[in-house]
Amino acid sequence: MSAQIAGVMRGPLARLRALSGGWLQNLCLLFLVLFVLVSVFAPWLAPQDPTYGELGAGLVGPSPEHWLGTDQGGHDTFSALIEGSRTSLVGPLAVVLFSTATGIAVGLFTAWRGGWVDTVIGRLLDVVFAFPALLVAILAVAVFGKGMTAPVIAMSLAYMPYTARLVRGLALQEQARPYIAAYRVQGHSGMFVAVRRLLPNIGPTVLAQSTVNFGYALLDLAALSFLGLGVQPPAPDWGAMINQSQAAVLQGRPLSAIVPAVAVTLVVVAFNVVGENFGDRLAGRDS
Amino acid sequence: MTSDARTLLQVSGLRKTYRTGKAEFVAVDDLSFSVRAGGALGIVGESGSGKTTTARMLIGLERPDAGRILVQGEPLAATVRGKAARLARAKAVQIVFQDPYLSLDARISIGATIDGVLRLHGLTDRADRAARTKELLAQVGLGEREATALPRKLSGGQRQRAAIARALAVEPAVLVLDEAVSALDVSVQAQVLNLLSDIRRDTGIGLVFVSHDLAVVRYVCDEALVLYRGRTMEHRPVADLLTHPGHPYTQLLLASVPRPGWDPDSISRRRRELDPLPAAGAPGGRG
Amino acid sequence: MALLEYEALSIALPGMARPVLDGIDLTVSAGEVVALVGESGSGKSVTARAALGLFPAGARLEGQVRVDGTDLVGAEATGLRTVRTAKASMIFQDPRAGINPVRRIGDFLTESLRVSHGWAKDRANARAVELLTAVGLPDPARHLNQYPHELSGGMLQRVMIAGALTAEPRLLLCDEPTTALDVSTQAEIMAILGRLQRERDLGLLLITHDIELAAAACDRIYVMYAGRIVETAPTAELFAAPRHPYTAGLLGSSPPLSAPDGPPARLTPIPGAPMGLLDSASGCSFTARCRFARPGVCDQSPPPLEQHGTALVACYRADDLTDAPATLAPTATVPNSTNREDS
Repeated sequence: MSAQIAGVMRGPLARLRALSGGWLQNLCLLFLVLFVLVSVFAPWLAPQDPTYGELGAGLVGPSPEHWLGTDQGGHDTFSALIEGSRTSLVGPLAVVLFSTATGIAVGLFTAWRGGWVDTVIGRLLDVVFAFPALLVAILAVAVFGKGMTAPVIAMSLAYMPYTARLVRGLALQEQARPYIAAYRVQGHSGMFVAVRRLLPNIGPTVLAQSTVNFGYALLDLAALSFLGLGVQPPAPDWGAMINQSQAAVLQGRPLSAIVPAVAVTLVVVAFNVVGENFGDRLAGRDS
Repeated sequence: MTSDARTLLQVSGLRKTYRTGKAEFVAVDDLSFSVRAGGALGIVGESGSGKTTTARMLIGLERPDAGRILVQGEPLAATVRGKAARLARAKAVQIVFQDPYLSLDARISIGATIDGVLRLHGLTDRADRAARTKELLAQVGLGEREATALPRKLSGGQRQRAAIARALAVEPAVLVLDEAVSALDVSVQAQVLNLLSDIRRDTGIGLVFVSHDLAVVRYVCDEALVLYRGRTMEHRPVADLLTHPGHPYTQLLLASVPRPGWDPDSISRRRRELDPLPAAGAPGGRG
Repeated sequence: MALLEYEALSIALPGMARPVLDGIDLTVSAGEVVALVGESGSGKSVTARAALGLFPAGARLEGQVRVDGTDLVGAEATGLRTVRTAKASMIFQDPRAGINPVRRIGDFLTESLRVSHGWAKDRANARAVELLTAVGLPDPARHLNQYPHELSGGMLQRVMIAGALTAEPRLLLCDEPTTALDVSTQAEIMAILGRLQRERDLGLLLITHDIELAAAACDRIYVMYAGRIVETAPTAELFAAPRHPYTAGLLGSSPPLSAPDGPPARLTPIPGAPMGLLDSASGCSFTARCRFARPGVCDQSPPPLEQHGTALVACYRADDLTDAPATLAPTATVPNSTNREDS
């Protein structure tokens, strides 16, 4: 019956409407669009240079000049927040893109091959699973030095098994459907069927998972910067901002720490809501 | 083993076993039959009879443990390597599955699906493909509107017609129909049955019609083979088989078909005498 | 008083072009076996579920469904519970979907006795054994300790029947109880249902798509199409002289099993596909697929159910058609190329 109900709406607009949900979902979606826009246009949006510290004006409260005040070093918090959104977007994006791509490749391959290949790779993934992403990233920093590159690569590897396992499960389920068998019987190559026909059918569900993963990756990368292992000052980053404001918190002026913390929380929650909703919708559509 | 030119499919001594732990389950045992051009063989059986396993062996989705499958005198290769071999295999045997809802790719319109099959099988000219697609769809009673529609916009009967057209696009020697009408509404089932008898008459294709429904087999086929737990109980011309069933199991199947004045009590008594309930209550796989 | 009575029951869902059920009148008396036959989208399962007070969420209801005198449309929770726990039970198509796979058969059978009726464990177990014996399972005591996956579909359906009987209902609703089973198992299940029905004098409503099965098992048949009853008659009459073109079409659609030698006569299928919930018709819903439809007559307003001999038929042309039954016979049409399904 659900297919019939869905059949009432037609066209791409209707498809978009089908993806939108309650007010929370819409709010989160709007917030994420804003987040992306801000980070893309950050250099034009930031009122001041966040790397420029006005030594005399440390820890001032909100004023027309500094909308969200300044931190200990006299950097404008609002500008740092805007500029910091870039690393908060690019880092997790790299993690998610890389882990999704490799996860799809590994998951699809193991599902399609089956047998001992599946078993061996499955066990290897279990081993990778055993290490928390943050730990792997710290390890990478210890070996390759501070900065963004090493942790992003390490976390991409650590996140890969999540996607690989999801893809494997979905692919096995999809493979059992007769339309896949029909493609094989028609004489299509295994590669063609797996990549060009099966993958697009499970793609939306994988995408939903990756959206959720983005939030977690952002959280992990922010934590890394907070620990002082990720983005190095003076380059603005939300995690690093929280780190540098520790002393400010102790001095009873926590605004410069609260602002980036709230930003991280909101973005992570928004990604979770949107991703989960997207996933639920797809699950509902299938049944 | 002689096979004159008119014999499309010759199966001899086919055997398939499955192993779960220590237990060995014989799905199909010593199965032999042949189908001539324009002929139709019904394979009749209940769940666990091995009829679906047989269908899967014919289309190369399962590998027989023993026995031979010859299509137009050529043995079906156990492993298929390379495009030429895949296409040759596809031209030998095609299949229509039971579930019209899962046997078509939800993302691709019927017309595009058939177009893809034609392209794979060497029809390079776009206009030629379009003409052939139209012709194939017309053959199964589908028009322009259905050609451009996604599967979910079509009724069960239309989908099953589309699946038949897709199989015919390959121009196979033999077409296997695995319970191809049993998921359809009664009134629609009759439409598809008529279509199948038209195809038989017009194309000279060999049909292997796998079904649990004796009446339907009687309508489509001229020979029938009754399978029970992987073994052949009886193999005779279908009219003869239904008027003078020789094997007690065939008699039971025939008596089980509901009709006015039906006596289910005596049927279940006979069934118990023939096949006492298995001690361990083996659930068994799908037929 | 009939055990189960539908009186002009209509169920409408928002966003649908036509009601799911449109003025259903149906009765089942104690000791009577009645079939409700229809294809997908006919509303037969919705009708059956209504007899337990299970209505689709968000539906607008009109009319009445009475079980043993209690109206279930707008009934209070207690009234519903009495009907569900003591008066009517339902058996569904897929026995595996109706049973918790991780609990034993014994738990499934005794749960309601122990929870709703407060029976002690031993007493409930004894009753479960008794019920499993009644449905013909060979070793009931052992089955109590088994899990659903250890039983075949046919055996599990018998467990479901036993479960339906725990409350000693007077009305048994069977929604496609044998569709998921093999033909010989189907006979066995029907034999058990028939025996229990006779022994306990149950009212039994069999919902099925299979008009042959309905004819084999039931006293009276209702034929449903697109949310309406189009014909009802005692089984023998319905088979001998179907008066509604749809009933005749259904009978002509199933290939005959016993036919003279030679190639079987071509089937006369009903063109088109069953009407979905997004399609509606101003007159008779069957008009679009009907070979006898007359413009200006059949497409004006839905035909009422009217008495024709022993049958009730909803067709404006029922009188014309019964005079010439040959036109309805499945063998009368010339072979035709494939029937287009779009209407």
